[in-house]
Amino acid sequence: MGSGKEKKQAEKIKEISGVNPLKCMKCGKCSATCPSFDEMDIKPHQFVSYVINEDIESLVKSQSLWKCLSCFACVERCPRDVKPGKLIDAARQIVIREKGMDYLKADEIPELLDPELPQQLLVSAFRRYRR
Amino acid sequence: MKYSYYPGCTLKTKAVKLDAYARASAKVLGFELEEVKDWQCCGGVYPLGVDEIGTKLSSVRTLNAAKEKGQDLVTICSACHHVIKRVNDDMKNVEDIRFKANNYMKSELSEPYEGETTVLHYLEVLRDKIGFDEIKKKVVNPLTGKKIGAYYGCLLLRPGKIMGFDDPENPAIMEDFIRAIGAEPVIYPYRNECCGGYISLKEKEMSENMCKKITESAEGFGADMLITACPLCKYNLNKNTEKEIPVYYFTELLAEALGVKERCEEEAAM
Amino acid sequence: MQRIGVFVCHCGSNIAATVDVSKVAEMALMEPGVVHAEDYQYMCSEAGQAKIAEAIHEKNLTGIVVCSCSPRMHETTFRNAAERAGLNPYMVEIANIREHCSWIHKDVEEATKKAVILMRAAVAKVNLNTPLKPGESRVTKRALVIGGGIAGIQTALDIADAGYEVDIVEKTPSIGGRMSQLDKTFPTLDCSACILTPKMVEASAHEKINIYTYSEVENVSGFVGDFTVDIRKKARHVDMDKCTGCGVCQEKCPSKKAPSEFNRGLNTRSAIYTPFAQAIPNVPVIDCDNCLKFKTGKCGICAKVCQAGAIDYEQQDEIVTEKYGAIVVATGFDTIKLDKYDEYAYSQSPDVITSLELERVMNAAGPTHGHLERLSDGKAPKEIVFVQCVGSRCADDRGKPYCSKICCMYTAKHAMLIRDKYPDVNVTVFYIDVRTPGKNFDEFYRRAVEQYGVDYIKGQVGKVIPQPDGKLLVQASDLLDNKQILKEADMVVLATAIEPNPDVRKIATMLTASIDTNNFLTEAHAKLRPVESPTAGIFLSGVCQGPKDIPETVAQAGAAAVKAIGLLAKDKLLTNPCTAQADELLCNGCSTCKNVCPYGAITYEEKEVNDHGIREVRRVANVNNALCQGCGACTVACPSGAMDLQGFSNRQIIAEVDAICR
Repeated sequence: MGSGKEKKQAEKIKEISGVNPLKCMKCGKCSATCPSFDEMDIKPHQFVSYVINEDIESLVKSQSLWKCLSCFACVERCPRDVKPGKLIDAARQIVIREKGMDYLKADEIPELLDPELPQQLLVSAFRRYRR
Repeated sequence: MKYSYYPGCTLKTKAVKLDAYARASAKVLGFELEEVKDWQCCGGVYPLGVDEIGTKLSSVRTLNAAKEKGQDLVTICSACHHVIKRVNDDMKNVEDIRFKANNYMKSELSEPYEGETTVLHYLEVLRDKIGFDEIKKKVVNPLTGKKIGAYYGCLLLRPGKIMGFDDPENPAIMEDFIRAIGAEPVIYPYRNECCGGYISLKEKEMSENMCKKITESAEGFGADMLITACPLCKYNLNKNTEKEIPVYYFTELLAEALGVKERCEEEAAM
Repeated sequence: MQRIGVFVCHCGSNIAATVDVSKVAEMALMEPGVVHAEDYQYMCSEAGQAKIAEAIHEKNLTGIVVCSCSPRMHETTFRNAAERAGLNPYMVEIANIREHCSWIHKDVEEATKKAVILMRAAVAKVNLNTPLKPGESRVTKRALVIGGGIAGIQTALDIADAGYEVDIVEKTPSIGGRMSQLDKTFPTLDCSACILTPKMVEASAHEKINIYTYSEVENVSGFVGDFTVDIRKKARHVDMDKCTGCGVCQEKCPSKKAPSEFNRGLNTRSAIYTPFAQAIPNVPVIDCDNCLKFKTGKCGICAKVCQAGAIDYEQQDEIVTEKYGAIVVATGFDTIKLDKYDEYAYSQSPDVITSLELERVMNAAGPTHGHLERLSDGKAPKEIVFVQCVGSRCADDRGKPYCSKICCMYTAKHAMLIRDKYPDVNVTVFYIDVRTPGKNFDEFYRRAVEQYGVDYIKGQVGKVIPQPDGKLLVQASDLLDNKQILKEADMVVLATAIEPNPDVRKIATMLTASIDTNNFLTEAHAKLRPVESPTAGIFLSGVCQGPKDIPETVAQAGAAAVKAIGLLAKDKLLTNPCTAQADELLCNGCSTCKNVCPYGAITYEEKEVNDHGIREVRRVANVNNALCQGCGACTVACPSGAMDLQGFSNRQIIAEVDAICR
């Protein structure tokens, strides 16, 4: 089990995701369905165990937070109503709500732009990657 | 029939045609899109956290504006539709969010907003209000012989229970649309898999992998072109594959079939 | 004034850990009428019952209150004990301080308070109890079995072998059920037909068994020992007595496009058909929805070719009414619909099939004559993937929350049979858990792995992706290697969840048998009365009660038969004396009670009554005690308070409420 801080963070993750990770039966369908699986260091099904075990330090450092597409495939197909995608998003919230932890910095933007890029892309990325 | 209409940021800029074709086609089909006054950006992605209230308020304003007009609210962009539909569901069914959001907005709302507005995607208007059979009758320029793959992506379909758009694993609405405009739908398995969405900003190669799978699958099953409702999907599918397969907004093909495409383009050029 | 004894049970620590039992006994002594109170570790034990008997004798008790578990558990135990000690059994009341108190509370003080109140209410009631005497009812020595699958057949055979008449009512044109669709059976791999068809023949030839196929139960009335059942014999349009089963009509029938139910829609059948070659009875039926004669009025070929003159287009449904002492439900199961699981591409590719469909594909009488081939192009598959738990163990409303129990074993069977017959075909099974409790079951599964080289991968499949070349790409997890796998397959077989036959709801309603949220029939007690419904005289056989395999089904079918035989062997049944009674002087003849009675137990008669010296003829309610089930609906409905339930009189209930509120 995690430290006092991690315990609190785990509670926060459960609260803002609205997910009860104990419903998971470890079938792996989320990881079977995830289009970003290969890019993730902690896989979607592992996210659930990490939250149960309160190993939040590993979660907040995980690259998986920034590789999840919020495509909701795992949410749709999870047979236990666990919705790992919501847990990942909650962990991401824990990170970006801390000052200076934005994954996307404003000064990175100019070089990422191209003339066809739809506004929607910037708006979405801003909302997912920073506070 | 008059609907409140939420175009969203991209339809006013990079995707003006998506918007123009939709309005012109609506006129032919006998319904009117009345743009919500002073609409604000939906934020592009739905804030999943149950404690995210502020980020949902712009959608509530739009929903409330439609409610005050007594109109259903129509969207076109998949992302806008997803965000507004889900916020509406929260306002209707999640007491905590409804309570807090209304608290925030006490000064600007004459009465609490409780999810009264019906949110419809343009395609849903075509299917449920106009009817694809009616559309077929109004087609003057059928796209006969064209083999079209519908690209749904994620946001219109999932989560199926809230979006209520179509069967999230085996949808039919865009295929029925394709048939209505006289073309032949091509069903391919990646039509409901993600194009990468916002990931393409910082992790281009991830989006490239996904778009490659989508376009290869569609071409493999014989599609000449793809249609989508989402500017970001279109951008990713265009930009992130070497494939030549063209990607159109569904409204462009609708306008073409209804014989208003050129007029539309002239107007847009002016 | 009653002399009441109160007995407080510890139920080991079940009650005593939460309720101060000696306090309850102590408080009991302060209640009116109570002359004796004690607590004991296990009141239901022999020693506990002896204490009750002893107290009855020594203290001349006239009433008993036992503070213990639910009356459903031990009311009969304590009433019998009291009766043996010379007390009328209906002078015993139970205060349920376990389920209603100790099990649901934590705080000892609060729980004790509540236990005292429950005790007090029971004492208040016993103070008003009067001795009751049960009546008698007759037993019709004939059983009805609903459903003619292996469960129904086995139950019917066992009851018939004990010498009682049995009727089987089967909805489809033949008995045999799901088992007749199976190719081989686990864990011994014997051929399903080889062990089932002899039983079908035995049932049909048995002099005590009468089979109604193509028939449905339409209405049930009466009660244990004396049910009256209407059976609808659907019009077969073929005369059962004339038909010789030659099969020429099926051959010549020009309408051959109807999907074959027996082959799970994988091929077609004629409009006049028997479901399969070994059908019993071997008499076809005409499926009017697909018959040209019925659809257009033209055709009539079957009638022309029938040498026996058995075809009868005019035949009508017929209602048969029979009396039964016992009814056994054996309605079986079906696989769930997969329309909510299209990530597995079931509706998008003919090469994605259910396990039950695979049974038909592997069966010599099936659509491919037993050749393992892809249904899309008839090609022999080289790679087959099995997906476990499709729709089972699901917490959302797409599937079922329970484990379907049979899939792990039949998948091991399928995998083994395929590897045995086609050694060049690779078989992969994606599983979440492999569940093999059962004699020789785990050994069977291990044989699939060790001897037949079946590749078991722990992880669920996320999506089945049809490829342009007709192959199927299976995207799955390998949880032990922490990998995502993309596996190319020629066929995918889905271990589809099973659910009770959808008709069971209707049947349960007719029988007033209770049913759970998953539509499985509820047993009277999960452990101690597993084959009886809580409704007297109704017994459960096979999957209608819960998922089970063939060995378990047959065992349960036998158990249900024994319970039914135990009932049929009695000449008379004691009836519940807690029935309604009308007070003729209060009755105003309004018929309200008659209208609400679900058992038809109330009639009205013109009767001379003596109302305080005035003799006059009035229209008054009369309760038939043999029919009344003591539900109490009439007592509540009666506007003048004339109806009362013996053993649960209005006075008694008010006294209980008063005691609780005191």
